[in-house]
Amino acid sequence: MTEAPLGLLAELTHRCPLHCPYCSNPIELVQRADELDTATWQRVFDEGRELGVLQVHLSGGEPLARPDLPQLLAHASGLGCYTNLVTSGLGLTAERLADLVERGLDHVQLSVQDSDPGNANLIAGVKGYDRKLAAAALIKDAELPLTVNAVLHKANLDNIGGIIELAERMGADRLELANTQYYGWALRNRAALLPTREQLAAAGPVVQQAKQRLDGRMEIVYVVADYHEANPKPCMYGWGARQLTVAPNGDVLPCPAASVITTLPVQNVRRSSLAEIWYDSETFNAYRGTEWMREPCRSCPRKEIDFGGCRCQAFQLTGDAAATDPVCTLSPDHGLVQDILGAEIIPVRPELAMRRSV
Amino acid sequence: MTSLDSVPRVRRGVRCTYDKTRDSDVVLFPEGVLLLNETAAAVVSRCDGAASIGDIALALADEFEGVQPDDVIEVVDRLVARRVVDVD
Ligand SMILES: C[S@@+](CC[C@H](N)C(=O)[O-])C[C@H]1O[C@@H](n2cnc3c(N)ncnc32)[C@H](O)[C@@H]1O
Ligand code: SF4
Ligand code: SF4
Repeated sequence: MTEAPLGLLAELTHRCPLHCPYCSNPIELVQRADELDTATWQRVFDEGRELGVLQVHLSGGEPLARPDLPQLLAHASGLGCYTNLVTSGLGLTAERLADLVERGLDHVQLSVQDSDPGNANLIAGVKGYDRKLAAAALIKDAELPLTVNAVLHKANLDNIGGIIELAERMGADRLELANTQYYGWALRNRAALLPTREQLAAAGPVVQQAKQRLDGRMEIVYVVADYHEANPKPCMYGWGARQLTVAPNGDVLPCPAASVITTLPVQNVRRSSLAEIWYDSETFNAYRGTEWMREPCRSCPRKEIDFGGCRCQAFQLTGDAAATDPVCTLSPDHGLVQDILGAEIIPVRPELAMRRSV
Repeated sequence: MTSLDSVPRVRRGVRCTYDKTRDSDVVLFPEGVLLLNETAAAVVSRCDGAASIGDIALALADEFEGVQPDDVIEVVDRLVARRVVDVD
């Protein structure tokens, strides 16, 4: 039986003052004119809560770029949902934060590009480093729990120790060190972003030591670089199992990357209710559970652990979203990943293509 | 190690509430959601940074029949593992 979703990722806008070349947002960004208005987002939250959603992640793009963020947050919080602001920190002021706290903000996730200010600003495409430090200080002053998120790739992986120290200085309760997942802009920039084996091998022990040193003070979550692994990363908790994503234009997706799977019909909150989409749509039912699987996943003991890997990645690399994730060494298409690593991890790398503005 | 003298406290950023969709007490925290049975909900509501596990067990013994101190330790350990509760 299909269970109710617990989380809703609300991508309020694709607008953003930063230009991270690792950004997982799609290449075709939603234009401002196509964004859902305040009342529609509030209806989406109503429908989400009715359906069972208990956690609302306000993300984007940059959620602070929506002037109605306070009203949206207040609405989600008023429904009894836990609210998490996922932000670059640019645009956060003491006044805005105090207002959001007043309206029920529960948690902030702040992203950083690097511990080296110059490199961080280069990656972000704007001078944002000092503003992120200021944002972290505001969040701590407001006594909110803080998760710092750093996306890792070739250009910052060597500074992983420094990034951990930066998160400590910011007073983070949690630190997510997430190797880049190759969707959207990150996929376009893959040949520039892929880290070398040596970089990853050096980072591992640094993370392990920091985990021990900081045990009980700052939790460190390390997301491995899946192209270099033998097993794929799990598809969340399974396709259409726990969370749904609503894009700025109201498209509803099982995960933030799923718009790449062009073989599935597009669901939108302007045409259907969240409940219809969650329970009845072809898109959400396509890869639920394990029945859809073929070999080698079908008879694999890991199928309830990783759900055959990522459907979006399977589609991107093979053109078939029902294929085993080619990252898996058991996949008949695993050679594709080996070829990519061989062809793209070379001494001279392409330039980073910065994310466009909307 | 948690013992009867340990003093558990709900972590910052954790919120307890009742979910009518699932007809269950739940704790909400940055990493996710945990559904609680009645005993666990009663334990969480008493993790105030003042009461020890022993105190909590005593209080619960009045309310729920058959709840042993070891049950409370076990619940607290599970909550610690999920980063819902801290123990001094
Ligand atoms: C797309 S961003 C939107 C919110 C905000 N602009 C920010 O960057 O924090 C949401 C989260 O995804 C992370 N992220 C972005 N691109 C990613 C990628 N390719 N792989 C993994 N995480 C990524 C960001 O660091 C951020 O924590
Ligand atoms: S990852 Fe960077 S470019 Fe993408 S939305 Fe966040 S801050 Fe903006
Ligand atoms: S065969 Fe499928 S289920 Fe088994 S490890 Fe590979 S991707 Fe996971």
